[in-house]
This record gives sequence, structure tokens and C-alpha cells, in this order.
Amino acid sequence: MMLNRLYREFYRIRRVEEEIARVYPTDCIKSPVHLSIGQEAVSVGISEALKPDDIVYGTYRGHALYLARGGSLPKMIAELYGKITGCARGKGGSMHLIDRNQGVMGMSAVVGTTIANATGHAYALKLRKENRIVACFFGDGATEEGVFFESLNFAALKKLPILFVCENNGYAIHTAQHQRQALLNIQEKAAAFGVPGACLDSLNILELIETSREYVNEIRRGKGPRFLEVKTYRWREHVGPGVDFHLGYRTKEEASPWIENDVVAQIRSMLDDRKCEQIEQQVEQEIIEAFAFAENSPFPDETELLTDVYGELNSCRR
Amino acid sequence: MPTVKSFSEIQRVSVEPSSDRILSYVEAIREATAMEMRRDQRVVVFGLDVDDPKAIQGTTKGLWEEFGKDRVFGTPLSEDAMTGVAIGMAMAGLRPIHIHIRMDFLMLAMNQLINVAAKSRYMYGGTVSVPIVIRAMIGKSWGQGAQHSQGLHSFFMHVPGLKVVAPSTPYDAKGCLLAAIRDEDPVIFVEHRMSHYQKGIVPLEEYEVHPGKARVTRVGRDVTIVGISYMQTECLHAAKLLEEVGIDAEVIDPIWLSPLDIDTICHSVERTGRLIVVDTAWTSCGASAEMVAAVAERLSGIRDLKLVRIGFAPSTCPTSPTLETAFYPNAQKIAKKAFNLTEERDLNSFPSNSQISAELDEAFKGPF
Repeated sequence: MMLNRLYREFYRIRRVEEEIARVYPTDCIKSPVHLSIGQEAVSVGISEALKPDDIVYGTYRGHALYLARGGSLPKMIAELYGKITGCARGKGGSMHLIDRNQGVMGMSAVVGTTIANATGHAYALKLRKENRIVACFFGDGATEEGVFFESLNFAALKKLPILFVCENNGYAIHTAQHQRQALLNIQEKAAAFGVPGACLDSLNILELIETSREYVNEIRRGKGPRFLEVKTYRWREHVGPGVDFHLGYRTKEEASPWIENDVVAQIRSMLDDRKCEQIEQQVEQEIIEAFAFAENSPFPDETELLTDVYGELNSCRR
Repeated sequence: MPTVKSFSEIQRVSVEPSSDRILSYVEAIREATAMEMRRDQRVVVFGLDVDDPKAIQGTTKGLWEEFGKDRVFGTPLSEDAMTGVAIGMAMAGLRPIHIHIRMDFLMLAMNQLINVAAKSRYMYGGTVSVPIVIRAMIGKSWGQGAQHSQGLHSFFMHVPGLKVVAPSTPYDAKGCLLAAIRDEDPVIFVEHRMSHYQKGIVPLEEYEVHPGKARVTRVGRDVTIVGISYMQTECLHAAKLLEEVGIDAEVIDPIWLSPLDIDTICHSVERTGRLIVVDTAWTSCGASAEMVAAVAERLSGIRDLKLVRIGFAPSTCPTSPTLETAFYPNAQKIAKKAFNLTEERDLNSFPSNSQISAELDEAFKGPF
């Protein structure tokens, strides 16, 4: 059962991203895209350990997290198309996906910023004695920002119900981690701030799920924040639909073990073909419908330009 | 920037206080905070040293004792993250008040304020709101110097999505703080260190001084003087000096800088034809520049205008008393400029040669 569900999640995210890449050159998509292909396991694996009413904060490379947490696919594609039916009414684009109904808080294009927001959200949950937790996703680059360390310190100090997830794909745009950081073990840095955790490999999805569950349980029992560094790999370019090995900052050889051991293929091999084909057909249909929804939706009226700059008294559109 | 019209629902000139209850600005801030914390469980207060013995000049005194350390707490020295924390709390449904004993320290929080707080409602399509209050104090006097003295409110006026308020009296401090906490948007609440000593009428009951409405604090016919934050006090003293030489100044306190009630200012300037805007900040690209420009846009071609900005000298704030005195605007300087604007000649001194400003400065005894 779990494998079926996992396969559906993985296949769905992978195919949505591939479809975005395919459509991108037609210029229907009016927003820069940072594709999650190759990194899906981090979002899917950790989501598997969360409850439906838990909260997540993510980054501009957030398609996988948004979808793994049940964010609306048609609204996401419509958002990329700049349509009024988008999840942010065509005002946020690919980098600012949000779906409050699914506990997906807004994603940010400024590296590291949501770490503090997630920490504050966790404070609110703790203050209200809610049995919910926050999972906060960010990249290896974000761990160089001051806000990362400040947030870790505060979360540890207040024993906040938050799981920090460092999605380490080894690069900040085109610069490798070793060119930016003297100490490469990010999880150890978090531990030094009082946030214990582990460093895992995204290719080992079952271990990732198991450890996530363990940590989520500890957090829910009031043990304070936990940290997961997950090593992963971005197959495509930093921004845009293509591959970028021609740039010379990384090699195909470096990428090949990640691609050869692709988690999507791993899970598919564990399931029977007929079941997989059934899932694939359903997902393909869902994707066709989502893109059609985006295509057929109207652009925002010009009057939308000045709405939601400020709120009206005591009202907030849901 | 929101138009005054969009706030029509909540617009009303706050009635002049009928109470005879006198509080200091500090006490008014504390009272408003405690009142709202009692009324609304969602309100939390934090910042460097809010729970220490000095309690932010006394403005947070007694709060943690009454509301507990979960709702009132001192923070690590992490302005960037703590601002982000405030935003996350707000998105989760709390109403945080984040306090900075110096406005200069907001520079450590700019990313969160400008890129997140101001933007979230808009870039997430109206699905979130960020009802935070950032209390920030402008320092002055006794050698506060370069990094404890800046009035940087115009930075925040520039950015859509933020509101900015700079109350100058205890009455407005209480009413604006209540309005700011209840507001659905991020509010930068600017306090001036010198204003903290002011005493004035503050009714016991709750009341709000709403965004987007200025107050005419002295009616006059010859020249319009707008005083921002603590400069309001200096402007009222300047008006008294001007009275001695037969000039009748109208004084306006904008109270809210964003949304700005430019209508009230224009209405006055339409009659006087002369406008002086005095800010406790630099003039370049500042609040005074914005007001003068807005009035010029509105009234050019309708009547002759004389427009002047007064603010900090275009230098870093020095510490030596002689230089510091030269750096700041005061009642004398304002009155002289107003005289020049009205009479088209200079005046060296006023009959009483008031020492009002000096007396106010005396209220502050260092060290900070």
C-alpha cells in the first residue's frame, strides 16, 4: 500500500516537472522555474512522516514539496501561467507557491528567509499547545545565511516543535558546497546549536521515511527541534527546463550514480507493472487536466494590480 | 500606498480627549499593551531586553509578571531571525509586537521586513496576513551619536504593504498602538526617545487612532507647519514664538505616515500657501520630501506655493554638544524659517527667545 502511494507521489511530481520543462519553450509559463527533478525524495519521504494538519515551509525550488503535501496541481500550473485561478492569484509565480488548506505556507525566493518564519510558526503552535509540528525545508546555501544560525539557536532555546530539513544538492546555483563552506557536515553544525539530527541519503527512501518518523515523533512528544540533512542531486539546471553539464561546473560522471539509482525507478521495480501502469495513466490524465485548466483560465483583470497590497479591516481572503 | 479612501470605513478624527487623566507617553504605551494583551490572547511581546529590569524605558514594565514568559520574552541578539519569527507567528495567527530600543537596529531586520512582511499578503494572493507591530525608538541627545539616533521611517514609507505611524503625544501613543496591534498589516511604530517624557491626557478606556488621518493641532492662517514625530512638539513651540511676532501658524501632526493623510495637509496649504515640513530625519528622499512633493503635485497651478523641508543636517549625527545642536532642527530654527517664508526677511531672535527646546532636552540625563 505504502509503495503504491509512494510511487504515485514520485511519478506525479516527476511527470509534472517534465511536463513543465516540455511546455516551457512555448512561453505559456510566465515565471522562472526551479525544477525538483532528482530531489523529489526529500519532500515525499518527509511528508510521509507528517500528519495532514502539520505545516511546511519551503523554498523557490518548491514544486515537489507543494505537491507532496497535497497542494492543488491545477492551481499550481495556473500560477505558473500567471492566471487568476493560480494558488496566489497569479501574483506569486513558481517561486511563491502556497496552499493554506494543505498546510503549505508560502515559499520564498530569498534564500533562508522562511527558516525564521517556520520557527515563528512553530512558536505559535507551541504557545497554543497544539499537537502539530512544522517541517522547514531549505537548501545547503541557506545554511550560510545568518538567519539559519539565529533560528537554530532560538528553536533550540525554546524547544520548538520543528523539523529542520536541509535539502543538500551540493550546489548554490553553480558553486559547489566545498567552495563555500569550510566544514561540510551541515548536520553537525546544527547539533552544535543544540538541534540534534542525522545526515541521510535521498536515494535510500525507506531509511529516510523511517528516520523522519522517528524525529517527528520525538518533536511531537515535546523533545524540541530536530535536524535532517538529506544529500540529494539536482538533475536539471538551477533555473529553467534544461540540463547544464555544458557549463563545466559539474560533470555527467558526477550525476550518473544519482540518475542510475533514481528513486522513481527503484520504487517502480518493487511494484507490479500493471499496478504501475494504472497509476501512471491516472497521473497523466490529472496532468492533462491541470494544464488545460491553466490554459483555459483567464489572466487577472487589471483591477487586481492594487488588491491585496493591504488588508481590509479584520478580513483575510482564504 | 493606500489612498485615504480605502480606509473610509474606519476614518474618524479621534475626538479630542475629554478626560483629565494625565499619563506619560511611556505609561500610555504600557497601558495600551497590557490592555490589548488582556483582551486578546494572541498578542505576544518580545525583543531585546523587554523583560529586563529597565523594561524598555518602562514601556514593558510588569508585562511578563502579568502575562507570563511565553507571551513576553527577551530574545537572543538576532534581529533578522526574530523579525522572521514574528512574521511566522503572525501567519500562524498570533499578533506579535517586536520591540527595538533603537530604530538603527531595524537595519538588521530589513530583509524580513521588506522582502517578507511587506510582500506576503500580495505575493501569496491574499491568503495570508502579517499583523505585526514593530516598535522602534529614535534616539536623541546626550551624545547618542551615529548609530543610536537615526529616523529611518521613510525607508518603510517607500514600500507598499507596510504601514508607518509616528505618534507624538501620550494620547496618540495609546490610540495608535491599539490600532496598530489590531491592524491586519505590518505596522512600523516609531517612537521618539524625547517623546517618552511627554505627559498628556490619556483616557482610561480603549480607543483607536486610526490609520490615514492627520490632526490639526493648532489652527492658523499664515503658514502650515507639519511636524513629524517629536518635531511636532518643536513645531508647537515654534508656533508660540511666531505668535510673539504676529505670525499665525497652522500646525499639523500627520500621526500616520503611511497611509498618509495628504488631504488634510493640502487643505491647509490651500489656505496658507506656505508649507514647512519638519522631520526628525534627513530630508533627502524623506517623509518631508514626500509630503512636499505630494502637495506640489496637488496644488501646483491652483495657487502660489512656498515649500520648505527641515530635518537633520546632511551629516552623520555627531556626539559633541555644539555639533549635535547644529545637527538637529528645533523650535527656534523652525520659527525663523517660518518667519522668513512669511515676511520674506530674516529675524535674528524672538522676543522671549524661548528656551523651550533646551528645557525638554534637560529632561534627559545620561547615560542612556
